[in-house]
Amino acid sequence: MISPIELSTFSVVAFIIPILFVIVIGDNRRLLIRMSFSVSALASLVSVAAGILAVAGGGIEQVVLPIGLPTLPFHLRLDELSGFFIFVVGLLSFFVSIYSVGYVGGLGAGKPVKRLIVFYNIFIAAMFMVCLADDALFFLVAWEVMAAASYFLVMFEDGRSENRRAAYIYMVMAHIGAVLILLSFGVMAGFTTGFEGYTFDAMREARFPLKWATVAFLLSFFGFAAKAGVIPFHVWLPEAHPVAPSNVSALMSGVMLKTAIYGIIRITFDIIKVFPWWWGTMVLVLGLISAVMGVLYALMQHDLKKLLAYHSVENIGIILIGIGLSMIFTSFHLPTMAALALIAGLYHTMNHAMFKGLLFMGAGAVLHATHERNMDEMGGLIHHMPWTSAFFLVGCISISALPPFNGFVSEWLTFQAFLLSPSMPIPLMKLLIPLGAALLALTGALAAACFVKVFGVIFLGNWRGHDNHAVTEAGWSMRAGMSLTSLACLCLGILPAVVIGWMDVISERLLKAKLVTTSGVYGWMWLTPVDPERASYSGPLVLIGIVAVCAVTYLLLHVKPGSISKVPVWDCGFKKLTAKMQYNAVSFSMPFRRIFGFLFDIKEQIRLAPQRGHLAFPVNSHYYLRVRDRFWGWLYRPVIDIVVLLSRKTGMLQHGRIHVYLIYSFVTIIVLLALL
Amino acid sequence: MKSLHLIFIEILQVIIVIAVAPAFAGWVDMLKCWTQGRTSAGVLQPYRNIAKLFVKDVVLAGNASWIFRFTPYLVFGSAVVVGSVVPIISMNLFLAPSADIIVGIAIFASARFFMALAGMDIGTAFGGMGASREMMVASLTEPAILMAIFTVSLAGRSTSLLHIARSFTSGALVLRPSIVFAAIAFLLVVIAETGRIPVDNPSTHLELTMIHEAMILEYSGRHLALIEWGSMIRFFLFVTLGIACFLPWGIAVKDNVGDIAISVFFMVIKLCVVGGVLVIIETGLAKMRLFRLTEFLWAAFLMATLGVIAFFILE
Repeated sequence: MISPIELSTFSVVAFIIPILFVIVIGDNRRLLIRMSFSVSALASLVSVAAGILAVAGGGIEQVVLPIGLPTLPFHLRLDELSGFFIFVVGLLSFFVSIYSVGYVGGLGAGKPVKRLIVFYNIFIAAMFMVCLADDALFFLVAWEVMAAASYFLVMFEDGRSENRRAAYIYMVMAHIGAVLILLSFGVMAGFTTGFEGYTFDAMREARFPLKWATVAFLLSFFGFAAKAGVIPFHVWLPEAHPVAPSNVSALMSGVMLKTAIYGIIRITFDIIKVFPWWWGTMVLVLGLISAVMGVLYALMQHDLKKLLAYHSVENIGIILIGIGLSMIFTSFHLPTMAALALIAGLYHTMNHAMFKGLLFMGAGAVLHATHERNMDEMGGLIHHMPWTSAFFLVGCISISALPPFNGFVSEWLTFQAFLLSPSMPIPLMKLLIPLGAALLALTGALAAACFVKVFGVIFLGNWRGHDNHAVTEAGWSMRAGMSLTSLACLCLGILPAVVIGWMDVISERLLKAKLVTTSGVYGWMWLTPVDPERASYSGPLVLIGIVAVCAVTYLLLHVKPGSISKVPVWDCGFKKLTAKMQYNAVSFSMPFRRIFGFLFDIKEQIRLAPQRGHLAFPVNSHYYLRVRDRFWGWLYRPVIDIVVLLSRKTGMLQHGRIHVYLIYSFVTIIVLLALL
Repeated sequence: MKSLHLIFIEILQVIIVIAVAPAFAGWVDMLKCWTQGRTSAGVLQPYRNIAKLFVKDVVLAGNASWIFRFTPYLVFGSAVVVGSVVPIISMNLFLAPSADIIVGIAIFASARFFMALAGMDIGTAFGGMGASREMMVASLTEPAILMAIFTVSLAGRSTSLLHIARSFTSGALVLRPSIVFAAIAFLLVVIAETGRIPVDNPSTHLELTMIHEAMILEYSGRHLALIEWGSMIRFFLFVTLGIACFLPWGIAVKDNVGDIAISVFFMVIKLCVVGGVLVIIETGLAKMRLFRLTEFLWAAFLMATLGVIAFFILE
């Protein structure tokens, strides 16, 4: 019997095969794409199996690899937490790899497909390695490989200067994060004993003084936050996601951000294990800010992929709300509540991977069909792309936290974590807990509004663009990838009791507390965290109820064949109804701009060209709108200015005259000699 | 035998919800006519309207998609499903554990999501306008309604509607500041959620200020009938939800015939009174400008948040 850790190591190694394909059959593009993505899909599926087994089997498996630096071998470990994340990464990689066969196959002839395949596989393998790593060295190696591979994937179309800029911003943010994580490991390794002080095992056993634990926690948290896109580190997401190929955006947004969540949980709950209450409070507050601001920024966008990128900020915020609550409850010794909040956060991690992957895949299909990212140039695609629109709708409902799909379950669990919290001994918490619940409710409602906009503008109404070229449905593999992901969204939505029963061991390992989830014969139908007296939800019954009532009503109304007459849209007798008169993304979000406009840097202009001097009868009008992220002006612009200023000052040392440089070295030597 | 009994109560309640909702809407309309010095068409007028619409043919815009045709069924179906979990005549509903109060609100939100999509489906300016405004109003009412609910569920130590109602009826009658705040917030939110003055005017048609009506402007025939009926059930359920959370006294705890009869009797009285309160608000106020609405909705939200904070600080 092969053990889960061998299985997952095997799958990581298997990602080399597609790279070999590039070398061997690189010339036959069609065959290469089919073969390599099929192998990626299979390798991901192996990881899914390993993840399921690792969580279901429980227990910890460790392996020391014979590779690494001299006397510093790499350590691997597969426990419930890493098993869960390997499962999530593997599942989405499986779906996206199936989708990629069609998506990459449909890319233009001049696109560097070989490069895409190589880095795509390195990228997925590196994400698995991050989850498996059990020492600081291997973790950072995997982390950097992941960052570098994704950098090259963002740079896919490097002919455009904006893409290079986006990739550059991403690289800078990734490295700021990596440096912070490295420093955090350094701090923690300082308190370990023994020769192998760089392993996580040694760090687990080390006892940190509170001061240094705080330093390590803050460094690692902000390091991971830069990767996860927590506000104010979110600026790279809306730049990098739109320019990457859509299958890569799906993976980056769906699972790469989650490796940062994994890092936060691993370091906080597993390694440091100290919980002063203000740590959790800080995480909770940052989560709340990210959730609300992320969704508000998303509402203002009319570039589809940028909008989805901002929604990742929102969802990372929701996940952090769960984690922050869990930390708070742990610090007040409420293990059951902490388990509930942690499971809510983890469940949302999995849900977000599924529905955001699905939405990015749908966005890729739309992009392929229309060659357009601006939603205000689209419309009416439901008639041309019935399948894609149905899958995209599933994603929209899921992310808007509406039953019976999966986004609702995790948001419901998070609400329960807020509501079941007993009175906290600290006055600040008494205010923060209800306010947090309110902000989470606001986030959910705004997300629903945003996705009415997205789906309504892209798929409903009439085509708004200039050239009305034929839009066709996505190919079979893209549809297959999206349909499987939709199915996963539905299953996670109606069978949460089964899934939570499976992943309960994570909270048992980390917090020594389980959720009571199942009861009775029909336990799989009922989600009852903590106590059935306090709250319960049955996804299957709600779904069956709605479907049954709709079906009965439909049948009753169609006993007698009623007639439907199809007529042109009523234009109030005006006869000049054009597609431009429809509401579009900019006009849909106008009430929201009006209400929440103070949070943004908005510039709005209407220019009217008067007819014969009368403004009342303009010949034409021009509308200009620019919505900017205030964080650029507040935070990044000053930092960039300082860096540029400093480099310019340092640059004064360079003027290309060799004799001056010789003087520099001479002075340096003299100074060193004098000092030493 | 016991379970048969429960199934019977459940079915009875669903039938009552479906059948009585138009009468309640008619009652509110009748009171409104009286207070405004008009002659009313009677309590039964909504039934006549629905019956008329069911007889009529459906006229569908040429570019309508399946979403447009599916939405009326979903609006009606979701309202009926929520109707099966709110304790109206009895506190022994066997379907009630399948959806707590948060789920109930979320099911309504799903229906609204689809209704807004249907508004955008035809591609007319009115539909988009209605959808945009409805979602704007919803994004502010939803946090408020959840906060109001949180207050009662914190006090009842459960989010299950049955447990909230039971805990209120079993305990002593004390005036808690948190519950008062929550009740006021809930009242404001019900006005906004069900599209009544001062937020929206249910009797407007083709006005630039309309919200809900703009979304469903393109509907006709049985589709419109289902949406209208669904909206009436929604209105009825929001009111009964408020009654279950804030005035649950009288709802049958034991499920024998006598108790249920008493509970129906109390429910009719309570509905009549609440309808009267709503009419007084509606007649006494003028419709607000769209962007003044935010103040109204923030007020509801603040009230509800105050309720929760009052609970955490005072209790």
